[in-house]
Amino acid sequence: MSDFIQLVLAGAADGAIYGLLALALVLIYRSTHIVNFGQGEMAMFATYLAWSLLDAGVPFWGAFFAAIVIAFFMGLIIHRVLVHPLEGSPELTIVIITLGIYLFFNSIALWIYSGVPKIFPIPAGVPRQSWEVGGVFIVPYHVTIFAILFVLMMLLFAFFRFTKVGLAMRAAAAQPLSSTLVGISVPTMMMLGWGIAAAAGATAGMLSAPIVVLEPNFMATILIFSFASAVLGGLDSPVGAVLGGFIVGEVSALGGRYIDFIGNDLQIVLAFALIVLVLLFRPAGLLGRPQVVRV
Amino acid sequence: MTPILEAKGLSAAYGERPVLFGIDFAVPDGGIVAVLGANGAGKTTTLRAIMGQLRTWGSLHYAGTPLIGKSTAEIVRLGIAMVPEGRGTFSDFTVEENLLLGAYTRRDKDGIRRDIDRIYEYFPVLGRRRHQRAGSMSGGEQQMLAIGRALMSRPKVLLLDEPSLGLAPLIVQEIFQILETINREEKVSMLLVEQDAVRALRLASYAYLLETGRVALHGPAEQLRASEDVRRAYLGY
Repeated sequence: MSDFIQLVLAGAADGAIYGLLALALVLIYRSTHIVNFGQGEMAMFATYLAWSLLDAGVPFWGAFFAAIVIAFFMGLIIHRVLVHPLEGSPELTIVIITLGIYLFFNSIALWIYSGVPKIFPIPAGVPRQSWEVGGVFIVPYHVTIFAILFVLMMLLFAFFRFTKVGLAMRAAAAQPLSSTLVGISVPTMMMLGWGIAAAAGATAGMLSAPIVVLEPNFMATILIFSFASAVLGGLDSPVGAVLGGFIVGEVSALGGRYIDFIGNDLQIVLAFALIVLVLLFRPAGLLGRPQVVRV
Repeated sequence: MTPILEAKGLSAAYGERPVLFGIDFAVPDGGIVAVLGANGAGKTTTLRAIMGQLRTWGSLHYAGTPLIGKSTAEIVRLGIAMVPEGRGTFSDFTVEENLLLGAYTRRDKDGIRRDIDRIYEYFPVLGRRRHQRAGSMSGGEQQMLAIGRALMSRPKVLLLDEPSLGLAPLIVQEIFQILETINREEKVSMLLVEQDAVRALRLASYAYLLETGRVALHGPAEQLRASEDVRRAYLGY
């Protein structure tokens, strides 16, 4: 039994990270209807920037928040320079652009930092020793991850619910034409969406780097799990993305342990299986809104 | 009286396809002007051209300020608001959020609050449903909300695209009465595009008849209403 609970906890920690990156995917999908294949690599690059700051002697939380701010501006610039000029282009063009973003950051990271793995520390002040509670070991760092995810979600919720810009961003995503008519600049709102998504992605990257290892491809696998999470939760539902993240985290943790042939190596197959199942039986996802196309 | 909105030789195109061919019109300050015509005559296009949503050329002035080349947001800030055809309310948002979005270009919190209350006075049903999703309301209520939302930017000129579309005659009558009140009390000038020519000519003091992107005829509303030829040829009754 304690073995099972242990797995559930580990799955939840992974799930929180998938959920966070899935949230980034959803924020961009909602506002621009683009699935950003470069999201993971943008997060990876921001994590490297945080590593550089740490390496230069900046305290952990300073580097952490600086990387989030830099990622935000990175998101703004990418939208303005690469995505906005192509507005109205065929979907395939945009998909290729996001693949280009993927390759760009992957190559740049390899060029600057080489492929040699770097150690990314857990936050200063978080104990490394697990707490034992009734035969179950609780990893303090996992608690940190949950706490950061929770705070971030509350902040985003408050931003979208109670601020004027948040309201305008939701409006621009839901009804761009009407938004234009009330004087909202829809491209600016999309650009902000890319910035916030990049910041959320960077957070996911920095939280997962201590668990895996920091190298140029470390977000690639996580991105696939996050896709599964976003598709499962509904590509247009932020809450669904986080919920999907937890489900995918649990399914792969428990599946890897209890389904013999899956093990640790085939967990990613479970993610793909989930994507296929969702697309077959509930294409809009758990909390997504079915798309109605008028013909 | 100097017009608050004036076009001279205004042309517009959707991409490469021209749809307005040098039209002239003027909206007097505080007046109501109707734009009539068959489907595809360019009525909606005229409104969208004013809002800076198409490629336009020629001359278009609002209170002496040229509008051509300005973005929709700038035009809204200057003092023009549009109630689009099919209402265009934010269906997933509450009535109050819709009104707040209408005030997006404004910074004066207190003034916005006061104006929301004033809109609820004009349209009591909106006040009663302030926390309800706009999409769950009836067509008439959504039309009222669309008008209220447009007024929230404190426009001097209101562009209305088919406010009667798909609504029961009684509701249309109510909405037109409120429009008249708003015009009188708030000194908001209006440019009204309408299929219901009879009603439009009763509300407006002047009217333009469009035909395939050109002004075919214009004159005081009374005169157009009285003219047998106009009636038979353009108004269809």
